[in-house]
Amino acid sequence: MKFAIVVHGAPYSDQAARSAYLFARSVIEEGHEIYRIFFYHNGVYNANLLSVPPQDEAHIELEWANLGQEHQLDMVVCISSALRRGILDATESQRYDKESTSINPLFTVSGLGQLVDAAIQADKLVTFGV
Amino acid sequence: MHKLLFIMSKSPITINAQEAFDALLMGSAFADCSVLFIGDGVYQLLQAQKPETLGAKNYTLGFPALSDYGVKRVYCSKSQLTSLKINSSELAIPVDQLDDLEINQLITQQHKVLSF
Repeated sequence: MKFAIVVHGAPYSDQAARSAYLFARSVIEEGHEIYRIFFYHNGVYNANLLSVPPQDEAHIELEWANLGQEHQLDMVVCISSALRRGILDATESQRYDKESTSINPLFTVSGLGQLVDAAIQADKLVTFGV
Repeated sequence: MHKLLFIMSKSPITINAQEAFDALLMGSAFADCSVLFIGDGVYQLLQAQKPETLGAKNYTLGFPALSDYGVKRVYCSKSQLTSLKINSSELAIPVDQLDDLEINQLITQQHKVLSF
């Protein structure tokens, strides 16, 4: 079965991020396909490259990145949500004259069309966080 | 055409509510979209609101344009309107009020549900 996963919650402050990650891992382990993971609202913070949690605690952003890299997942961050919350890739950073980038390059910045496309193309759409 | 239901449950002062409305507009370009307001989300429908006074943008001014975007079906929870003592004359756009059983049926008629 083909799954699309939508993440609305930020890591650490919201259980939704961890639940979505565990669900995504289970989907893969059970032999299903992930069409896309779309990060919206505060969910865009899951793509934050600059977070540094204590070493004896989970690093959710890094876990997403590792999962995405290992399984070649299409992990998309909504551009308007991301810009509003300071999650910038090199292109946007340059466009808005900022001094740094803050997104893990394993995530892609794109528009809401990717959310709608995922909703249409996937067999199941599962949203974490409201 | 793919049938998508957008469920709005956040109060209009939140940025999430505004972002959810953006998603609905995008959805309307590619799918057969309807929208359901539940919980605090029904506050989004109020005509007389001034979020500007709290420094928030009044994106709900775009609601009357929903039908131009092809979003012809707008629903809200009848029981929630009743419990918040909101009269239908106070709403900014025409809305079909559904009881809980009808909401259940509406959801089962969709291909996908996007909850916000």
